[in-house]
Amino acid sequence: MINKNKIFTKGVLDCLPLLLPVVPFGIIFGVIGMELGFGPYVTYATSFIIFAGSSQIVFIQLISAGASPLVTLTSVGIVNSRHLLYGAVLAEYLEKLKLRWKILLSYLLTDQAFAVSNKYFKKNNKNKFAHYHLLGSGLGLWVTWQLSTILGIVLGAIVPEELGLSFTIPLTFISLLVSEFRKSKHIIVILVSGCVALLAYNMPFKAYIIIAAIAGLSVAAFLNRKKS
Amino acid sequence: MIWLKMIIAGVITFLTRFLLVSLIKKNSLTNKTKIVLSYVPSAVFPAIIFPGILIDGNGTLDIENNPKILASIIALIIGVFSRNIIATILTGLAAYWFIIFI
Repeated sequence: MINKNKIFTKGVLDCLPLLLPVVPFGIIFGVIGMELGFGPYVTYATSFIIFAGSSQIVFIQLISAGASPLVTLTSVGIVNSRHLLYGAVLAEYLEKLKLRWKILLSYLLTDQAFAVSNKYFKKNNKNKFAHYHLLGSGLGLWVTWQLSTILGIVLGAIVPEELGLSFTIPLTFISLLVSEFRKSKHIIVILVSGCVALLAYNMPFKAYIIIAAIAGLSVAAFLNRKKS
Repeated sequence: MIWLKMIIAGVITFLTRFLLVSLIKKNSLTNKTKIVLSYVPSAVFPAIIFPGILIDGNGTLDIENNPKILASIIALIIGVFSRNIIATILTGLAAYWFIIFI
């Protein structure tokens, strides 16, 4: 029991530094939802039901622009498709869990939770309570996202745009890759993925993230072709 | 109608997270696949980083006089040496504010 609590707390603490940029992002989402005329309930419900920042923005923007359901839902699916890769990476650590655990942890699987818990799993793959780390990091992010969406809905744009807090989003992901920047093969993959993302940025359905990811992984496969 | 669309979007989002967690079994992946999968952060996160720095609000590439570029490089250098998440983010933000306000 102490072990479970400890691991859960470690998960919460590990995601804590990543929560700082989540707050302005959640507030911005709440403000956009209200400005587009969705009202407090619909705006908040997207944070609970979809719970994926960039997909939520795509969702409400496309609906307010009058896009067809097919276009809206396809876009949400494509923006989220990177989670398939996260699931593939984490599957081996979560394999033995009961279905209800898999459902709960999948619902909580965000970029940030994946990043910190994947690192933890790699080091602690023998511990049978390791999944409590993902529960901690996932819930930490979930609570922060719900509260900051509500803040945005209730208080409006309390953070001035001039502060450029949206810049903390790329900074978050830079901070998650700093260890990888010490390995030459990873640097190549990072540069390929980043450049492909820029080139593909205006592709329909916001497909640039998954296209860049596939390009990056193809290069990774090529660079490691000699190992079998 | 909006609620139906939202619930379907929620289910789609959930499935992208749940599908491979539930389908992949421990020994169903080859070592080669595991090696490639270890590159997932390096292959996915730059697709959020690069446009976040280099593409402006209108969807066009912004390279000249873009204070985010220098701020990101400073954040990266601090990050690589400190390996500290919060130091990386705060340094980047502080550098950005320094460039635009001073």
